[in-house]
Amino acid sequence: MNKNLKEQVLRASGVNVLKCMRCGKCSGTCPSYDEMEYHPHQFVYMVERGDIETLMNSKSIYKCLTCFACVDRCPRNVEPAKVVEAVRLAAVRQQGNNHMNPNQIPEMLDDDLPQQAIVTAFRKYIK
Amino acid sequence: METFTYYPGCTLRTKAKDLDTYARFSAEALGISLEEPADWQCCGGAYTTAKDEIATKLSAVRTLNSAKVSNRPLITVCSACHNVIKQTNYDILHDEEVASKVNNYLKLDEPYNGETTVYHYLEMLRDVVGFDNLAQKVVNPFKGKKIAAYYGCLLLRPSKTLAMDDPENPSIMEDFIKAIGGTPVIYAQRNECCGGYITLEDKDQAAKRSGAVMSSAADQGADMIITACPLCLYNLKKNSGSELPVYYFTELLAEALGVKEESNE
Ligand code: SF4
Ligand code: SF4
Ligand code: SF4
Ligand code: SF4
Repeated sequence: MNKNLKEQVLRASGVNVLKCMRCGKCSGTCPSYDEMEYHPHQFVYMVERGDIETLMNSKSIYKCLTCFACVDRCPRNVEPAKVVEAVRLAAVRQQGNNHMNPNQIPEMLDDDLPQQAIVTAFRKYIK
Repeated sequence: METFTYYPGCTLRTKAKDLDTYARFSAEALGISLEEPADWQCCGGAYTTAKDEIATKLSAVRTLNSAKVSNRPLITVCSACHNVIKQTNYDILHDEEVASKVNNYLKLDEPYNGETTVYHYLEMLRDVVGFDNLAQKVVNPFKGKKIAAYYGCLLLRPSKTLAMDDPENPSIMEDFIKAIGGTPVIYAQRNECCGGYITLEDKDQAAKRSGAVMSSAADQGADMIITACPLCLYNLKKNSGSELPVYYFTELLAEALGVKEESNE
């Protein structure tokens, strides 16, 4: 277990993972549930255990839509999306670990795609 | 005429010009003047919840501060801008560390401490103009039209921070629809996400999410669906596979107020 990474994730997210009662409501409401290998309640639990690297290496960190459904609907106010974000940041902040390359962007564009999508992807995928 | 500081955001200057133009002409027709700050920057499209992210919050603070300096409330119309700016303002108000780091970097003439009031355009219609007042100014009512309001995710959540409406049973867009003479359609997916930016790397997921939203609205008999977000509009039109028409709420507003033609000139 990487203690330093766990502390980094806890600090950046500001989440108290010990508040979670494992009801699974966050995962039940998550629009990306089917696309995720690890689901929001598992993020919370795995961070508690200090199993951060498994999450950092999973595609699940790029599947969160930041829709804040889990934040609003958690009965214990755990705010799982903040944990997902902190783990993703720990991953993309690593040298050479950006999830998107700006050179790929031209091929992603079409005539109607709003700039907002690209700007948001930059926020999410690149450091 | 009441004046507000108005932040359009980058997408409203490019792919979502309609959302912006109809908003401006309609505001004028309602006796509201919208003034853009001189040098605004894109808000970044997504709010970063991480406490140790400061740089990604600065452009929103600059916008908030320019409204403060001109001593006016701030109006936004894109759901995403609204979300980023309100969440940032909340941070400045409730997290001393963020506030002090941001101010230490920006070196404003006077520190920004969350003084600005932020309204989404819909909130302005409800709280400043009033839906009753709006209804009286309608010249082309949407009589007999069944209109489904699409909130998506960013307009309402996190509800603690955005404080716009009940996040699970919202009514602001339905009340807007009634004010312009239409009949609101309530459907299950109205406050679930359309897939957002995932369209860039996973078209299937975007299709699944936006398809679910459109079929949920169609099942309830909607003639059309309205949104405040350029990315929602894109996903619902391009990724959903549905033929149900999708409009910005400001387009219907402009039409109801009889200023749609002049907006297009
Ligand atoms: S909804 Fe909240 S309490 Fe329930 S599992 Fe998720 S994080 Fe834990
Ligand atoms: S914020 Fe992310 S993790 Fe939470 S419900 Fe939405 S997509 Fe799922
Ligand atoms: S939210 Fe969107 S439109 Fe608004 S400024 Fe930011 S990226 Fe641009
Ligand atoms: S584009 Fe989708 S992700 Fe964005 S506000 Fe609309 S519903 Fe949410």
